[in-house]
Amino acid sequence: MTNSIIHIFLAIVMPPLLLGVIGKTKAAFAGRVGAPFLQPYYDIFRLLQKGSVFSTTTSWIFRAGPIVALATTAIAGLLIPFGAHPSPISFNGDMILYAYLFALGRFFTMAAALDTGSSFEGMGSAREATYSCLAEPTLFFTLITLSRLSGSYSLSGMLSNVSAGAWLYAGPSLLLLIGGMFIVLLAENCRIPFDDPNTHLELTMIHEVMVLDHSGPAFAIIQYAASLKLFVLGAFFVQLALPFATGKSSMDWGIFVISMLFLAIVIGVVESVMARLRLVRVPQLLVAATILAAFSTLLVIR
Amino acid sequence: MHSSMQGLFDPALVALAAALVIGSAGIPGLFLRKPGPGQVFSAAVTILAALAGVPATLQLLFSNTTTTYILEWNLPFGPCEIAIDSLSAFFMLPVFLVSAAGSLFAVGYWPAAEHRANERGLTFFSGLLASSMAILLMARNGVFFIMVWEVMALSAYFLIVTEHEREDVRNAGVVYLIATHAGTAALFVYFSLLAARTGSFLLPANGSLSALSPFATFIALSAFTGFGAKAGIMPLHTWLPSAHANAPSHVSAVMSGVMLNMGLYGIFRTLSFYHDPPLLWGGILTLCGISSALLGIIFAVAQRDLKRLLACSSIENIGIITTGLGVAMLGVSSHTTTLAYLGMAGALLHILNHSFFKPLLFLGSGAIIHAAGTREMNLMGGLGKDMPRAALLFLVGSVAICGIPPLNGFVSEFLLYLGFFSQLQADSLIFLVFLAPLLALVGGVAVVAFTKLYGSVFLGSSRSSAMSHPHEPGVTMLAPMTFFALLCLLVGFAPQLALRLVSPAITMFFPDLNFAAVSTEYGAILSRLSLSGVLLLAFAVLATLLWRWRIGLGPVTSASTWGCAYQRGTSRMQYGATSFSELAVSVFNGIMRQRIERPALTGLFPAVAHCSDHPTETLLERIIAPLFTLAGLSFAFLRLMQHGQMHVYMMYIFATLFILMLWAH
Repeated sequence: MTNSIIHIFLAIVMPPLLLGVIGKTKAAFAGRVGAPFLQPYYDIFRLLQKGSVFSTTTSWIFRAGPIVALATTAIAGLLIPFGAHPSPISFNGDMILYAYLFALGRFFTMAAALDTGSSFEGMGSAREATYSCLAEPTLFFTLITLSRLSGSYSLSGMLSNVSAGAWLYAGPSLLLLIGGMFIVLLAENCRIPFDDPNTHLELTMIHEVMVLDHSGPAFAIIQYAASLKLFVLGAFFVQLALPFATGKSSMDWGIFVISMLFLAIVIGVVESVMARLRLVRVPQLLVAATILAAFSTLLVIR
Repeated sequence: MHSSMQGLFDPALVALAAALVIGSAGIPGLFLRKPGPGQVFSAAVTILAALAGVPATLQLLFSNTTTTYILEWNLPFGPCEIAIDSLSAFFMLPVFLVSAAGSLFAVGYWPAAEHRANERGLTFFSGLLASSMAILLMARNGVFFIMVWEVMALSAYFLIVTEHEREDVRNAGVVYLIATHAGTAALFVYFSLLAARTGSFLLPANGSLSALSPFATFIALSAFTGFGAKAGIMPLHTWLPSAHANAPSHVSAVMSGVMLNMGLYGIFRTLSFYHDPPLLWGGILTLCGISSALLGIIFAVAQRDLKRLLACSSIENIGIITTGLGVAMLGVSSHTTTLAYLGMAGALLHILNHSFFKPLLFLGSGAIIHAAGTREMNLMGGLGKDMPRAALLFLVGSVAICGIPPLNGFVSEFLLYLGFFSQLQADSLIFLVFLAPLLALVGGVAVVAFTKLYGSVFLGSSRSSAMSHPHEPGVTMLAPMTFFALLCLLVGFAPQLALRLVSPAITMFFPDLNFAAVSTEYGAILSRLSLSGVLLLAFAVLATLLWRWRIGLGPVTSASTWGCAYQRGTSRMQYGATSFSELAVSVFNGIMRQRIERPALTGLFPAVAHCSDHPTETLLERIIAPLFTLAGLSFAFLRLMQHGQMHVYMMYIFATLFILMLWAH
């Protein structure tokens, strides 16, 4: 019970901090002081205070987009285990629900973008649709590999099985998975090299361009849901890449928080040292990620 | 009729009577001078018959005994048995639901006053189609089966060519007729071989034949071909998109939502005859199924015609069902109870789901066509504001068909995924788990296809001034759509109930396997799923309330969409249907292309130019179409015999019969 409360508390409070850490890391690389760690929180609170502007072209779909995106990500957050602690909701097959909840959120985000009738937002949602459907198989190959290694059909079972021991006997396939999942993590959260979350007016944008017309509280929800998505997918990745467990509850929570912050720093480093890919390269990289994950599956089921 | 069980309200008799009443509902209209009453009468009678038929069917589904009736006929094909077991009852449920909904929809969609010329035929053949499908499911004699099958196929043909004054409609009709008769030819082979094996045209009992006997695989293959052509399983799908797109929308709903099921029913029924099916059968079904699913949805995403997109997505859904059936058969062959159960449950539940959301979407497409006056998605846009109710119902269907939670499409795919994953701990056939990422890809592409459809039709603003008079459809059109949307929600939020609906058919299909344990286990998992759906809904409602409260605190203004500082944006500059899917389709270039003809623009002020796109299937264009041309050329000499003179045709028949008589002596 206590663990569930901590789980929900962390899922509510911590996500924007990751964005702050990423921003600080990038600033450090650029030789700037950078915005404070808590800047994303200020931004979200600021946006919540503001008024809203709605395009006359839009209907209720436009208003539903952010809400559904937030709700689906939040439920996905209840399905994923944080660190060594099992998730509050867990049942056989929850990994499929986890994967498909993002699809629901995406459906409404894209619909909301198309609802504005703006060609920029249409462009963004066309790209989002294509890239995310290419990212989907990678996640499933990862789930298959983990399910095979653990003999479990739920996220908590699969991910708690990944430990230093698992790395000893299935190291190569876990390494391949980490490669594939890191690419998916960056693509799904619209980070460099797939997308640049800082440039709102760039024609090569994907996610940011889909939310051009959202303002005020709606935009606050979108920002928060985006950070939550990074957190929820990041938790999956962290448990895969840094599976440390001590057996002591409080220690494990500490390890989880530190690992997440470390992940944010890594993303910040990647964003600082890489340029964004040309758009035609993006599908190629996503397919490469799928192949990496498929190799790992092949290794464990042979 | 003789019956082995007497009783005035025997559900089987009620179902049979309902089917016959639906079949004759259109007859009075044929003789009435005044247009209108006939159509309304037909709709009322069909709905009443369905109201009687559905409870009877449910009762039959859950009863363990099957009553057999014998129809007295003096044809030399043995006794004609009629029976409804759980499998028949399961397939019969959508027949009643969809045909009743379709007949009500027709009153608003194809009003007799406006369509005097073809409304009578349309009403009559709609009834005949529904009736023949229901009776087909009862037929237990091969020859009777083929007869009813032909009635069904031909009524569908007459429905497709309702608007026969248009050339594309006639072409679609001809292609359909050729495809369905090629399938029927395979069925002649199938039933003859089956009769040769059993010694009678009566369909064999469950599990009474051995799959190891010679010819068993040949019989199964002829069934897959004949029934697969009707179901639209790859590579026998080529007729489907044009036929379903060109029929009136409520007919498309019945054809896509129910008639395709009849092909599947044939395959299910055939497989139920055999015990110990070889791995090959399941393998073929799985392979054809997953390629139908993947290619079908890739075809769908490239379409610009609203109804063709829906028709191609039928190929996808039939593919998913066939995959489920295939893995279930593989589960039986490899003695993996879990796989057999989950594959079968997923396949059957997806059949039910597809007959809920596909009619919803096809009926919705009828409402859209009424409002927009076109099927071309590139010309639509912004309809959601003119027809908010229809738009909401269509949204439910779109989310459901993408297999996204918390709606019904997700539940059946969820069961299939569980089946694939369960193979990881099995002793054999582990590689079946590779179907999971493929199904995920199918789901991903489906999201592209249906955001494209929903976005270009209902969202944004209108792309052409040609839209006739956008309006909300009347209550006779909205009511059937609402009905199906509610069914989608019901199955989505209470999947454990739906699982109970498919259980009798599964038990009937595999009498030797004991599913009690797995069925309880997966029932429990589905109730967890339903809880998560409720949780999601509750969270969304809570977030909406908080957001509304928050928004109420600040000023709310409205302005035009931000064009990134460009002041003269027009609705023609929106992303259209073709441009939305261009990127996605380019990824699958080898399978499907959107061939876009762009004009060459020259000078600083280019003249008015036109740009058009044509979705083309690479396989069809490069391989199948040339093969057909080749066949046409090489059989050209047969045209000498085909000259349209009736008396000579009659002579052919006489000569054939005479030769057969000589041969028999």
